Amino acid sequence: MRWGAAGRPLLGLYIPAAVAVLFILVPLVGLLAHASLADIGDALTSTAALTSLRLSLECSLLAVIVSAIVGVPLAYLLARTAMRGRRLLRGLVLLPLVLPPVVGGIALQSAFGRSTPIGGVLHSLFGVTLPFSTAGAVMAEAFVGLPFLVITVEAGLRQRDAGFEEVAATLGARPWRRFWLITMPLLAPSLTAGAALCWARALGEFGATITFAGSFPGTTETLPLAAYSAFEGSGAVSRAITLSLILLVISVSVLVGLRDRWLGTVA
Amino acid sequence: MPRRSRGLLAFLAVGLLAGCGSSAAPSTPAATATAVPLSGSLTVLAAASLTEAFNDAEPTLQAANPGFAATFSFAGSQQLVTNVINGAPADVLATADQTTMEKLVTAGLVGTPVTFTRNRLEIAVAPANPRGIHTLADLARSDIAVVLAAPAVPAGNFAKQVLAKANVTVTPKSLELDVKTVLEKVESGDADAAIVYATDVAAAAGLVTGVVIPDAQNIVATYPIAVVKATLNAAAAAAFVTEAVSGLIQKALLKRGFLPP
Repeated sequence: MRWGAAGRPLLGLYIPAAVAVLFILVPLVGLLAHASLADIGDALTSTAALTSLRLSLECSLLAVIVSAIVGVPLAYLLARTAMRGRRLLRGLVLLPLVLPPVVGGIALQSAFGRSTPIGGVLHSLFGVTLPFSTAGAVMAEAFVGLPFLVITVEAGLRQRDAGFEEVAATLGARPWRRFWLITMPLLAPSLTAGAALCWARALGEFGATITFAGSFPGTTETLPLAAYSAFEGSGAVSRAITLSLILLVISVSVLVGLRDRWLGTVA
Repeated sequence: MPRRSRGLLAFLAVGLLAGCGSSAAPSTPAATATAVPLSGSLTVLAAASLTEAFNDAEPTLQAANPGFAATFSFAGSQQLVTNVINGAPADVLATADQTTMEKLVTAGLVGTPVTFTRNRLEIAVAPANPRGIHTLADLARSDIAVVLAAPAVPAGNFAKQVLAKANVTVTPKSLELDVKTVLEKVESGDADAAIVYATDVAAAAGLVTGVVIPDAQNIVATYPIAVVKATLNAAAAAAFVTEAVSGLIQKALLKRGFLPP
């Protein structure tokens, strides 16, 4: 081991640090210890688990796409323009990060439920009821995932100045051309990271989804909801554990995918 | 002060149990016994449908037994059972069906359950019934959004039985984990109909209307109540059960439209 300029770390810090590591590690080990290969095999071949896995992947990817379409322009405006009330706007965008998800779900229900003005119009004109529909589950996931994408992309934009865009402008490139040919390609790494974080959060979404979209296999019962109803609904703990493991594997994959960004050596 | 007295009572209760002999299982209270007053504090896990009746009973219980305090936790019966299996600290458990309670009896975690009340199912619809829902068969209409409790929830299991009796196949929009959440979907207007207990409809008067399910198609839900063996206040827990079977809680239940045991 190499020590920095400050020398050997204080021994007294090792114990609380070890507690912190164990605090995260022990529950995960517990999860693994209670899982059996037979159960995992059963789950991966059961239509119920596969239905919720497929639904989870569909909903979370749609949530990322929706978030990217509206989130990248928002991040650009937050990073590159001197709008009035920008700090307030950023605070608003960050709110779903700290808001309890169930509050988000109740808020979505209050705004888009069938008996609300907006929900009523959607229902009578298009026959769409967002609660109980896959679209409702996607909305709940985008609501909680969007801030991750916006702040990551905004940080990416701030990390470099607008030099390339300015050069392109002096060479006569029009604004949209500059945006697509210079800003977007340079944004690719932070957009990828933001999308991955948004996706991971969307995939794990529970509170807003169950409150706003309800829970039904194939339409709104995503993996976390299926794990919860296996645990709290039928007391099928082994199934709940297996579904949790699937989510754990996906989460670890996201972390591995982002390792250069997060786990790389701090310069 | 309540915390202190609780500890003391718990100590006394344990002493009492030890003095009584080997069996930790509290005996079924005789329907007439009111000798042991309610004292200390109790944690009572109760089926969601019992929310209003138990909350109604609390102040009367407190008035009759100064110093007594109850903490209620209402949820789907199957959730409560999972909690007890996982060691949730509780003194008394009341579920909405025998199936869920039987799990804890088999696991040896509760004393002998007693039936303390009964209930029937109703269809909950929006006030004034704008969608014209009059029978269980109407729930199969494709223009009606129905929400039910999940099959593992007593209310969901009963709803399944009732629909089977009526020979009706319903595709619900959502399967909720307790009956109050099912009802909320009709209250909010997101669903057109739900199958809940008659007492749930009564408790939400003004927000929903009930459509009676004929006796031939209906079921009777019998609610068991039991003392959790791990209780530290066994005497008060047994007294609470007695109040539920024939005392002040029973009165509150009847007032809320529950049927006598």
